Amino acid sequence: MVPLSWYLIVAALLFGIGVYGVLARKNAVAILIGLELMFNAVLVNVLAFWRYLQPTGTAGLVFAVVIFAVAAAEVAVGLALFIAVYRRFGSSDVDDINLLKW
Amino acid sequence: MVTTFVFVLTAAVMLVAALIAVLKDNLVHAAMGLVVTLFGTAVLFVLLESYFLAVAQVVIYVGAIAILIVFSIMLTRRVGAHWGRQTNATWPWALLTAGVLTVLFALMVRGWDPDAVLPAAAGVPEDITARLGAALVDPNGYVVPFEVASVLLLAALIGAVYVAWGGRKAEKETQG
Amino acid sequence: METKILWLLPLSPLVAFALIVLFAHRNRALSHTLAILSVVLSWAGSMFVFWRALQVGAEHLAEEPFHSVINWLPIGNGFFRLGVQLDPLAAIVLFFVAWTIVMIFIYSVGYHNFGQPEGDHDEKGLPPHGATVEHNGHKHKVPSIEPMYSRFFAFVSLFAFGMYLLVVSDNLLTLFAGWEIMGLCSFLLIGFWFKKPSARDAAIKAFMTTRVGDVFMLLGIAYLYTQVGSLRYADIFNPETLHHLATHPAPVLGMSAAGLIGLLLFIGTVGKSAQWPLHVWLPDAMEGPTPVSAMIHAATMVSAGVYLTIRIFPLLAAAGHETAFTSPMPIIAFIGAFTALFAATIAVAQNDIKRVLAYSTISQLGYMVAAVGIGAYVAAAFHLVTHAFFKALLFLGSGSVIHGMEHGVLHTGQHIDPQNMYNMGGLRRKMPITFWTFLIGGFALSGFPVVTAGFWSKDEILSEAFGLGHMGVFWTLAIAAFLTAFYTMRQITLTFLGRPRTEAAAHAHETPLTMTGPLMVLAVFAVAFGWLGVPEHFPILGHMLPAWFQEWVGATFHGIVPEHGELTFSYFPLTVSLVVALGGLLVGWLVYRGVQRADQPDPLERVLGPIYGLLENKYYFDELYTYLLVKPAYWFGAVFTFRWMDRTLIDNNLHAIAYLSWRLGNFLRNRIDLPIVNGLGDAIAEGTKGAGRLLRVVQSGRVQHYMLMALVNAAALLALVYYFVARS
Repeated sequence: MVPLSWYLIVAALLFGIGVYGVLARKNAVAILIGLELMFNAVLVNVLAFWRYLQPTGTAGLVFAVVIFAVAAAEVAVGLALFIAVYRRFGSSDVDDINLLKW
Repeated sequence: MVTTFVFVLTAAVMLVAALIAVLKDNLVHAAMGLVVTLFGTAVLFVLLESYFLAVAQVVIYVGAIAILIVFSIMLTRRVGAHWGRQTNATWPWALLTAGVLTVLFALMVRGWDPDAVLPAAAGVPEDITARLGAALVDPNGYVVPFEVASVLLLAALIGAVYVAWGGRKAEKETQG
Repeated sequence: METKILWLLPLSPLVAFALIVLFAHRNRALSHTLAILSVVLSWAGSMFVFWRALQVGAEHLAEEPFHSVINWLPIGNGFFRLGVQLDPLAAIVLFFVAWTIVMIFIYSVGYHNFGQPEGDHDEKGLPPHGATVEHNGHKHKVPSIEPMYSRFFAFVSLFAFGMYLLVVSDNLLTLFAGWEIMGLCSFLLIGFWFKKPSARDAAIKAFMTTRVGDVFMLLGIAYLYTQVGSLRYADIFNPETLHHLATHPAPVLGMSAAGLIGLLLFIGTVGKSAQWPLHVWLPDAMEGPTPVSAMIHAATMVSAGVYLTIRIFPLLAAAGHETAFTSPMPIIAFIGAFTALFAATIAVAQNDIKRVLAYSTISQLGYMVAAVGIGAYVAAAFHLVTHAFFKALLFLGSGSVIHGMEHGVLHTGQHIDPQNMYNMGGLRRKMPITFWTFLIGGFALSGFPVVTAGFWSKDEILSEAFGLGHMGVFWTLAIAAFLTAFYTMRQITLTFLGRPRTEAAAHAHETPLTMTGPLMVLAVFAVAFGWLGVPEHFPILGHMLPAWFQEWVGATFHGIVPEHGELTFSYFPLTVSLVVALGGLLVGWLVYRGVQRADQPDPLERVLGPIYGLLENKYYFDELYTYLLVKPAYWFGAVFTFRWMDRTLIDNNLHAIAYLSWRLGNFLRNRIDLPIVNGLGDAIAEGTKGAGRLLRVVQSGRVQHYMLMALVNAAALLALVYYFVARS
């Protein structure tokens, strides 16, 4: 059997890659991709813990379901926003969206 | 045995695909990488015996979210334009931060339990999905988070439609 | 009764002064009426008091003078008291003062042309210049009224107050007050025509010169007060006090206290009575109107100096009696005799009619001072009284002459000096009353025997000088008497005898009664007064007429002056007196009767040669004083005090302080206030702005940066938590 920690390490790595993606990408969609990776890492974490520690309960699963819903909602709204911003600025580069600059 | 192998393989594929997703300049390639990662996550879910969620993962994430991302990429690029370099100037810092976080998490994991933790002996019950369903609508259960999540989805739906409304005219302006 | 009147004598003219100044000055008739009325009242009071004094008798009056005292200033336990006193000396002085003042006041009405029209272009401050009147269709100029008529009467009233105050006072303080008031009036009246620069200068000169004398006099009074504790005559002139003063040594000159006090007080007389060396102001004082010259500078004010010297004679005699100390008497005698001769020599060479009389006054006062100096105070008092009468007469007469000449000048339009005797001549026919009265006065001055008062008084002085053995004084005074007669006859000859030498003289005419009346009254005194003092030893007349004057005045200091025995009578001084008087008159007439033309040089010039120039220029004393005293004083004021101390020292100090303050202010502002205080404020502001500028870079507007920062912080926190908490 795979030890729990392997799952957790994989999730951590995935999370790290997702962080890098969020911080280092120019395109907003690319940032969202990174964000999704982070979500996935979290899901893996949650379910690994559910399976290894309390597989008879439904708490972990419910948590994961809620995360799904949130992730979906967030992507939808985020992409809608991104579309609207793209229309306004004509650029998909987040560096150009700096109106709140000093 | 087999699960270990499958796990390692899936993990490797996932991570490589994730790297592709964050490193490629061609965003379509990145989106594809994301898709592969999502699939890999589904596989991991199967390995973790949460079959319902594995399917839900594929349906929601790959079928909806990834498609949505691809659509966004397509909608927001000029035809025939080069992708250009998609990594911004602060990537060393990003790398450093990501690395530090990862290392920290890994250390915490190792510190937390040096010995392997094996799956609980009880195992997953047969009717776990039914129990999940029942728990979601049980007043003594998780109905409130369920309903809240529903409301959230509704709000997101309306909001997304509203924000992205005013479509063609503005698009024509920026493109014309 | 008498004492009440004594108090009122000075008060009457003072009230007139106040009324004229405050209310009456616009009305000329009212002004002169008030003035004359006041002095007539004072005269009447004086005559009454004098009559009462005669009734009381000399000895009794000397012992118990009419006396009234009031408590004036509270001092310590007691009072400073002052009052009025009349003893025989004061009584006789009061007599002549009252008469001369009244006569001169009346004379002034005519002198200032009361009743004449206002002048054509007369202005206040200048002598009147005549008015043009139409008469039967043809115009001619007549004398005009003095523009400052009322002011004149106000001033002379004030003066009369001062003189009366001096005479009736019973202490040296009020005497000094009257002295100074007269000094002020002298200044005001010499400078009466104030727009004439010569008059202004003369007034200042008079005041300054007499001031020198007054300073020493005040020192004497102060020293006397410290020694005696009182200034009242009764307290000073008694044997005990006099003995104390005479034996107490004074700090300077080897004199006794009495001697020093006497000398200091005498210096006041030297100033006031124009003795050498303080004589220079009196001739210049002739700038004032002639009544002023008559009253102040002949009859009364200059007499006050001699009065003071006679009054303090007991002090001088006591000082002279003690052989252990230096006596002031020889000094006094010397100054008197020297002045008498000195002034007489100058008078010989003067051409202005009033100048001659001025130097004559100085000379005659020298006679009186010399008399006191040799101890003959009675003779001095006698000459004082007779001189007042005939000198006032002479001055008023000269004023009449000048008036007549001015009338002639106006009539003919000739611009000549009406006061120069060389422009006159033959006036005896034009102005007979003036001529005869002037002749009487002039003969009295010369000492014409028997029928003039001046003979008796001058002869007395010469007899005393001879009898007491002061030969130097005797011969000096004798020579001076010769010169006196000489210049007097010169004056009379040039003015009245011969033929008119100018058109103006030919057109002169007699002056009105207001002027000639007083002349006649004074002439009576100039003749008759001498008969009151005929000495017993005088041949024939001595037995017929009592020596009333000598007894009267001699009683004043009875018991407090050392008596000298009867002098043996000698014909020698009498002979000398007759020779010099008659001889001088004759020589004067002979020398000057030949003067025909106005521009002719003086016959004496040929005889004396260069000495004549010396005499004419008054021995250059004025120039000497200017060089020695006036110019240094002026230098001190203008250069030392003003330029060096005030402008350079004091002002430059102020400038330096101002400059330093300015520099300090600038320093504080530019080096401290601006950089440090302002700088601090600015630095805080700039610092905040700079910090802001540095920090706002963080707000790049880029979400990824914000995310990065958040994650960095989270990582750090996590690391900390992991390191310190989670790792166990």
